[in-house]
Amino acid sequence: MQTKETIVCRCEDITLDEIQSLIKQGYRTIDEIKRVVRAGMGPCQGRTCRMLIAQELAKAYGVPVSEVLMPTFRPTVKPVKLGTFAGGESDAENC
Amino acid sequence: MSEVKDIEILIIGGGPAGLSAAAAAADLGASVLVLERDGKLGGQLVKQTHKFFGSKKQYAGDRGFQIGDLLIGTCENNSKVEVWSDTTALGIYEDGVVTAERDGKHLKIKPKKIILATGASEKMIAFPNNDMPGIFGAGAVQTLMNVHGIVPGKRVLMIGAGNIGLIVSYQLMQAGVEVAAIIEAAPAIGGYLVHASKIRRAGVPILTSHTIQEAYGKDSVEGAIICQLDDKWQAIPGTEQDLKVDVICLAVGLSPLTELCFQADCQMKYVPELSGHVPLRNDYLETTRPGLYVAGDVSGVEEASSAMVEGRLAGISAAFSLGYGKDLAPKLQAEALAELSELRSGPAGQKTLQGIRKLMDKGEALC
Repeated sequence: MQTKETIVCRCEDITLDEIQSLIKQGYRTIDEIKRVVRAGMGPCQGRTCRMLIAQELAKAYGVPVSEVLMPTFRPTVKPVKLGTFAGGESDAENC
Repeated sequence: MSEVKDIEILIIGGGPAGLSAAAAAADLGASVLVLERDGKLGGQLVKQTHKFFGSKKQYAGDRGFQIGDLLIGTCENNSKVEVWSDTTALGIYEDGVVTAERDGKHLKIKPKKIILATGASEKMIAFPNNDMPGIFGAGAVQTLMNVHGIVPGKRVLMIGAGNIGLIVSYQLMQAGVEVAAIIEAAPAIGGYLVHASKIRRAGVPILTSHTIQEAYGKDSVEGAIICQLDDKWQAIPGTEQDLKVDVICLAVGLSPLTELCFQADCQMKYVPELSGHVPLRNDYLETTRPGLYVAGDVSGVEEASSAMVEGRLAGISAAFSLGYGKDLAPKLQAEALAELSELRSGPAGQKTLQGIRKLMDKGEALC
């Protein structure tokens, strides 16, 4: 281990430094940060990092965590292979 | 085209809340389908080797996994309950269709009512080297030890002195693993003192107002630097201690798993007392999306005992709304509500009650 890194998003390997630097650049929401660096787009879909990023935003903008805008939640809850959608329907005979 | 599975009540999550909901709804005559992501039902109960508190009605005195087996048995023996394990719910759509995935197959379900009992996930904290091998969530350690019979290492630093941190520490000690210390950022122990006392008697220090500054090691954890915090939660210089440990266990709380509530457009609110964003709901646990109920940790992190009663309440209420148990259901609802107030009457329950009051306070902004 040469450098000490503080990981915020484990799935996409995004560090606290990266999140803080994005906030300094003016990114104001979890969704914006997600679109720029993919934080929250890995296998856990933000379960680990979402509230850590919310805390950083709250700190930086001096607002309570409750006021940090949550990202948009869409299906699917977990990443699903394209094949599941492409081939899954006709195959799902009796469940 | 694939079939759409029609069912009266769909329960998402086969833990203590979901199974209790299934049994209660099926007992009143409703047809129930339970989706469980894991291969085995029972949720977190399967790895709880400690005895439960509460009253006899909430299985006090039994160990968690025994309660799990009991609930699983009740559901398996009820012909009205169908279980799909290894199945993950993926989405709830505007037209009421719920999608799920199993074995790479995309499944569609059209329920009349939905009970979300998805539970909670472990919180993480940010500190240097927090992704080093040797750093575990407390739940992962419990699964490793109590389900698979594997110890995580030789010497552990436990972060968090809530009930999970205390109980997992004790279970580590029972498994012959040394616990170097339990540290807690708050000025007081969060969990039950009966658990804390047992650990203190065994000589393990519980350091309140302490946090982790960093983990270190070459390829995996070799130690941790901890320090004391002042009353403004700032590190006090000069209080650093170096603990040689090969495992750091995080028991820093849980977050309700509410993705599906957000998707379903339930009105949500952030309530720290309930551990995160939770859906507004009425006394019978129906959210602002009609026909969608919540039970257990997804409605606010609490304990398995209350999760089971909430599950029962949601199951009865969903079945009742479909016309089942016309005479019996109101009585059963009243009983469940009374049990919930009893469970929450102790000091630990005050936080939940305060959280629910905050949640339902109409004056505050919603998201």
